[in-house]
Amino acid sequence: MRQNNGFSLKKIYKNQLFWTFSGFIVLSLIMSIFSEQFFTYSNIINVIRQVSINGVIAVGMTFVILISGIDLSVGSVMAFSGTMMVAAMVNWGWPVTLAILFGLFIGFVFGLINGSLVAFLKLPAIIVTLAMMEVPRGLALLYTGGYPLSGVPDTFGFFGRGYVFNVIPAPVMILALMYFIGYIILTKLPIGRYIYALGGNEEAVKLSGINVKLYKIIPFVISGVTASVSGLIISSRLMSGQPMAGTGFELDAIAAVVLGGTDIAGGRGSIIGTLLGALLLGVLSNGLNLMGISPYAQRVVKGVIIIGAVYFSSYKQK
Amino acid sequence: MSDNIIEIKNITKEFPGVRALDNVSFNIKKGEVHALVGENGAGKSTLMKILSGVYKPTEGEYIVKGNKVYFSNTKEAQENGISIIYQEFSLVPYLNTIDNIFLGREITNNKFLNRRTMRKKAEETLEKINVSLDLDTPINELTVAEQQFVEIAKALSVDADILILDEPTASLTEGEIDHLFSLIKTLKDNDVTMIYISHHLDEIFEISDRVTCLRDGKCIDTVNTDETNESEIVKMMVGEELKDSFNKIENKNTSDISEEIILNVKKLKRPGIKDNLKFNLYKGEILGIAGLVGAGRTETIRSLLGIDEYEEKEVYLEEKKVSLKNASDSLNKGLGLIPENRKTQGLVTDLTVKENISLTNIMELRNKYGFINSKKEKEQTKRLVNDLSIKTPSIDQHVKNLSGGNQQKVVLAKWLATNTKVLIFDEPTRGIDVKAKSEIHKLIQSLANEGKGIIVISSELPEVMSLSDRVLVMHKGKIKTSLEGKDINSKKIMYYATGGEN
Repeated sequence: MRQNNGFSLKKIYKNQLFWTFSGFIVLSLIMSIFSEQFFTYSNIINVIRQVSINGVIAVGMTFVILISGIDLSVGSVMAFSGTMMVAAMVNWGWPVTLAILFGLFIGFVFGLINGSLVAFLKLPAIIVTLAMMEVPRGLALLYTGGYPLSGVPDTFGFFGRGYVFNVIPAPVMILALMYFIGYIILTKLPIGRYIYALGGNEEAVKLSGINVKLYKIIPFVISGVTASVSGLIISSRLMSGQPMAGTGFELDAIAAVVLGGTDIAGGRGSIIGTLLGALLLGVLSNGLNLMGISPYAQRVVKGVIIIGAVYFSSYKQK
Repeated sequence: MSDNIIEIKNITKEFPGVRALDNVSFNIKKGEVHALVGENGAGKSTLMKILSGVYKPTEGEYIVKGNKVYFSNTKEAQENGISIIYQEFSLVPYLNTIDNIFLGREITNNKFLNRRTMRKKAEETLEKINVSLDLDTPINELTVAEQQFVEIAKALSVDADILILDEPTASLTEGEIDHLFSLIKTLKDNDVTMIYISHHLDEIFEISDRVTCLRDGKCIDTVNTDETNESEIVKMMVGEELKDSFNKIENKNTSDISEEIILNVKKLKRPGIKDNLKFNLYKGEILGIAGLVGAGRTETIRSLLGIDEYEEKEVYLEEKKVSLKNASDSLNKGLGLIPENRKTQGLVTDLTVKENISLTNIMELRNKYGFINSKKEKEQTKRLVNDLSIKTPSIDQHVKNLSGGNQQKVVLAKWLATNTKVLIFDEPTRGIDVKAKSEIHKLIQSLANEGKGIIVISSELPEVMSLSDRVLVMHKGKIKTSLEGKDINSKKIMYYATGGEN
């Protein structure tokens, strides 16, 4: 039995990342043919900035899907934490840093609740997080009475509108940072190994003496925190707390993860794939916008592409 | 027309990087029991998957009942009368026997299910093969043997006249095996042709007419069973004479057992079992646990380790009281379990050899910043792969591509990577070929010689008898007796295992 360990076309063909990347390149080329504006520096930066919110949520979603879970609560958690950051600054007069930490803590808490319900009560993640789409959203609406909360200090605007070194938009920097951290956790730390293993075979992990419950909770916590980081970006960008922000964002995040080649059944996938998936979705919606296609039609296109991608990746695995 | 029901002609099957079958040709005669032997990875399963329409051959052809056929799915194979009974059954656990037998071809009456006819037909089929079981019990509440009978009944009810039995006795008890054999004889009288895959040579001699041996994807030879003998077949399988017969362990050294008790189970009460279980294990000892399937051997160990529920427990490890609340607690205290099903319990098959092995101790392979020290991890893996002579193209190979014996070695390697004091093997050589089996037996023995406490649960009597220094025999959740020395023989073990009293 010999195994070809070196460079092989077959291996590349089998690699989902390669396909996501090709899709991304091909789509970008098509877009640049149809629209002159597409391939300009300002538009590219614009795409990445637009991607940043969904892209950051998708980092956490990757962790959750890798353990064959799902987190539908991200959009609501994002809205609630984003709103409460603003509330802390505007209504309670907290300093910006503390308010941000407070918002991130809210994400952490909701992740912990989701994860604990899944790990300890053995409830299905899809039901737990479906219910958790309601709780933080409701709390955000309750607190604000349904209206946006504004009046934040100018310095808070940095995270959504500012630039690092006067060139790189802050959200892009945050996006890069989150993917870097996600990459390190998944590939260099034991936690990452456990997460892959857990998605592959929970029983084997349990019998290996690993605390399965803990490593089931951690991905949900990460997802809660990344959702609240997105909450930070969006509140800062809009300079207000929006209780209705992020509706439907869970779908975009899941789409990015799946387009990036992560197996929805868990155990296989990568964070780089998710980044490519998120960029692919960003290019798609940006390009369709530039081509003047109605946002309603865009939703149809997006749905079809997701199904196509999932079909394609499951077809290849055979 | 010849009397060959299947002619396999020059079949080759290639998978990426692996040639699983290499120009294989042989014939199967109508009405015979044709045994197929070979080590794991020899290509038996691949060949059977081709015959049953799961895989397509890369090259070559096969002729079934005089017609050149080319199955593109299992249904087409079934339509030609070929059904395969897998090691892992393909029954729906929550449906009952009738629903399973007729799954996908339900008998209907104006679009509604005709339960009465289906029940009658199911009864007839089971009667034909002399099997009686409750038709309304969900499959998952039946014993493994009963499930297998249902599987066979299902095949017969689609008028299969060629049955492929893949390791049918792997998880059967002695009595159930006898039952299966009489069933095979009944089927043979009914003109059913059977291809019988097994590692157990005694079974092959008992049941088969001819034997074909595969090795490394090649067909070595087909011989008449009554014109050959065990050592000849083993020779064909491994290509060389095995020095030691597989039920004798060379370096058995009873004097290595110390007086020191490593594990003392003073009290273990499982839900639903009246008695408290009590046993101990000495340092360097191999303690066998024998019993029939359903005797509660695996369950006892799982409660001991806190994997499954227990009511009361008092356990001392090296004279220190330990609580063993759950799997990770036990395993961190130094009790390792090599579980009975390596694919579903022992391994993460999507991960690599390296990643599986370090699953138990990756926390110890961190550098001072908390990152995985990949150099250390590689070294550890290479050492263990070497020590256990795990055959793998590289340490980054996905475990799912290894053969059964090598997969089992990877599970073992996981536990050797950490500092385990007590290793518990549950059916350590199930579905593993002769050569790998004797290698694993030697490993178990050398671990005991190193001073670890070893517990071996096995349904194979020769295995328990040859390995163990002492044997506990279980029956219906209770420990019936503890046998030592000359008392370890099949007669005594079976006496207690079937419920005999002291």
